[in-house]
Amino acid sequence: MGKEIIKGSEALMRSLIHEGVDCIFGYPGGAIMPVYDSLMDHTDTLHHILVRHEQGAVHAAQGYARTSGRVGTCIVTSGPGATNAITGIGDAMLDSTPLVVITGQVASSLLGSDAFQEIDVVSITQPISKWSYQIRHASDIAWAVARAFYIAGTGRPGPVVLDFAKNAQIEMTEYEPFNIEFIRGYNPWPSISEESVQEAAKIINAARKPFAVVGQGVELAGANAELLALIEKADIPVGRTLLGLSALPSGHPLNKGMLGMHGNLGPNVKTNECDVLIAIGMRFDDRVTGDLKTYAKQAKVIHFDIDPAEIGKNVKPTVAVIGNCKLTLPAVTALVEKNNHREWIDSFIPSEVKEHDLVIHSELYPEQGPITMGEVVSKVTEATRDHAVLVTDVGQNQMIAARYFRFTEPRSVVTSGGLGTMGFGLPAAIGATFGAPDRTVCLFCGDGGLQMTIQELGTILESGAPVKIILLNNSYLGMVRQWQELFFNKRYSCTPMINPDFGKIAEAYNIPSRRLHLREELEDAIREMLTTDGPFLLEVGVVKESNVFPMAPAGQDVSVMMFDC
Amino acid sequence: MEKTALDIDKKIYTINVYSENIAGLLNKITNIFTRRQLNIETLSVSASSIEGIHKYTITTVTDEATVDKVTRQMEKIIDVLQAHYYLDDEIIYQEIALYKVPTDELLNGPGIEQLVRKHNARIMEVNRTFTVIELTGHPEDTEALYAELSEIGLYQFVRSGRIAITKSPVERLSNFLANIKKIADKRND
Repeated sequence: MGKEIIKGSEALMRSLIHEGVDCIFGYPGGAIMPVYDSLMDHTDTLHHILVRHEQGAVHAAQGYARTSGRVGTCIVTSGPGATNAITGIGDAMLDSTPLVVITGQVASSLLGSDAFQEIDVVSITQPISKWSYQIRHASDIAWAVARAFYIAGTGRPGPVVLDFAKNAQIEMTEYEPFNIEFIRGYNPWPSISEESVQEAAKIINAARKPFAVVGQGVELAGANAELLALIEKADIPVGRTLLGLSALPSGHPLNKGMLGMHGNLGPNVKTNECDVLIAIGMRFDDRVTGDLKTYAKQAKVIHFDIDPAEIGKNVKPTVAVIGNCKLTLPAVTALVEKNNHREWIDSFIPSEVKEHDLVIHSELYPEQGPITMGEVVSKVTEATRDHAVLVTDVGQNQMIAARYFRFTEPRSVVTSGGLGTMGFGLPAAIGATFGAPDRTVCLFCGDGGLQMTIQELGTILESGAPVKIILLNNSYLGMVRQWQELFFNKRYSCTPMINPDFGKIAEAYNIPSRRLHLREELEDAIREMLTTDGPFLLEVGVVKESNVFPMAPAGQDVSVMMFDC
Repeated sequence: MEKTALDIDKKIYTINVYSENIAGLLNKITNIFTRRQLNIETLSVSASSIEGIHKYTITTVTDEATVDKVTRQMEKIIDVLQAHYYLDDEIIYQEIALYKVPTDELLNGPGIEQLVRKHNARIMEVNRTFTVIELTGHPEDTEALYAELSEIGLYQFVRSGRIAITKSPVERLSNFLANIKKIADKRND
């Protein structure tokens, strides 16, 4: 069969379809118009969701990717379209989210001339993307798109940027589908060292107080069952990072909670008491470790990771097991002896009791005063029977949701961990409804973050994305206010918020809403939200000046947590 | 200024990087230094002996833990094939220096022959106004000649980045390429 001669923009469509893309989040503009023109011929296979700002396109693609396990795709124009996408690209880089972001670019002949809406996207995105490449000729398209999807989705996933010059969109080219399964300078399947597997198993077998700290790597590898097999066989308690929360069902007896600054007391204390720390698909972020000089110094450390650059970056391991944990975990499990660490596991109980008595009970079951964030989260997760996808914004809403939402299924957490992007929540939740169309998607956000990308209510209006928006309104930038209370002598500089009537805004976008501040109404309002078809805004007036506790202050020993001011 | 414990651990490391010949990679490599506020002392980039593969030789003053992390970050870049670091005693290295001096002053100064012999330098060009001298060697060598010529008077001085070859009998790049070929063949089967 001879090669077809088609337009560059059409070659892009064919390449995207060849990669199995079904969903594109984007926004048109001058330098990407030929692509949008070709898109009109493929609306049956390529569902385009028109966002209201390019940042929203990238976050939505992140939400799609995180819930579906597939590569998220965005199309934006050159110049401001591209720079608006930067925050999302950086977010995806830090949180290892597979994306292909296609930016329009001026014609090759104009490159470097400061042409209208020209910006050097490849240079800007180099440090914050896994790969960025400028397509200057239509003949490059099939190759570049195949390479982009291959790089974004394999190994440690990440965002890829394709900067698509306008002449390449218009030129005619021979097209045939292109496949890439190998790149010489990129090895997404590092070979597994048998020696490291044996050494890891030996250390786990000799451990009396083993503790596993688990991150998103397990979810990215789809190694949830492999993780279970290891921890159940060797009887190892587990702490999870923010992004790894649904790597293990919340109700599993070996789940000991969340790690880090606003995590649970038990896992943080036990990090500094265990004799073997088994890190799986996590990167020892400073929000997890606190001061590295006091972090797990007593323990032998085994680090499972697919990215060799993570080994020893923050914590020097005794043994590194490099590779995809879908393969490395079973290899180690096969050599691990069945074990029982009852006494060690029970030693978490005093910390759990302490945290429950000092924080959890009053957060989840207050009898008087305004509604707390915790009781909203707890009631919502209960009403969804722990089956919903949790999307959060950033701040107190995020930490409280992470602490009290419960998970039964993999890929159930969509949150901005590394970059901590306020405004992430709403667009990411929209994307999540496309990535997991059969699941309930619950977004918890604050009054600050919601307003950072509130224009995406328009995307909901147009697409009907059934996002359940739970706005925890305390009329403050709550997390910053908390730090001002704790570390800046209660000087609330620029954190009180004068807010609009969110219900009216929802109404303008034809989104049903309900606002409440009375505890008696909460369960009924949640029921109304969940039984209403489509999107819903539930605005809960919560305690204005509440703090997320416990807390390990930044840069300090993570096992020493504050319980009050 | 007294040296801190950290400074004492710092040494000159020579990093050899091999990559595909693709535009923009140099930028990605230097970004790794910029982010860590690490200075690049010298940088030299050229085509390697293997077609399509570029070689970068970079020197930096740091401690081993840092240079180790930096090379891992480099290998993480798509299309970078390999990055390795070496101490001075593990490599043969050279740099080249050119000196432009006033011919008059040179003729009036101590013997040219002595100067050229002592430093093993070469005269590249002589005319009525200036003379260009070339010296290849270690930084100490080029600096020693610089010091002597400075007394005479220097119009210009320029020095290249370091180039280096390893003393090890193991050819890491060739092994890597052979290995990668095996992986590629296996995937194509």
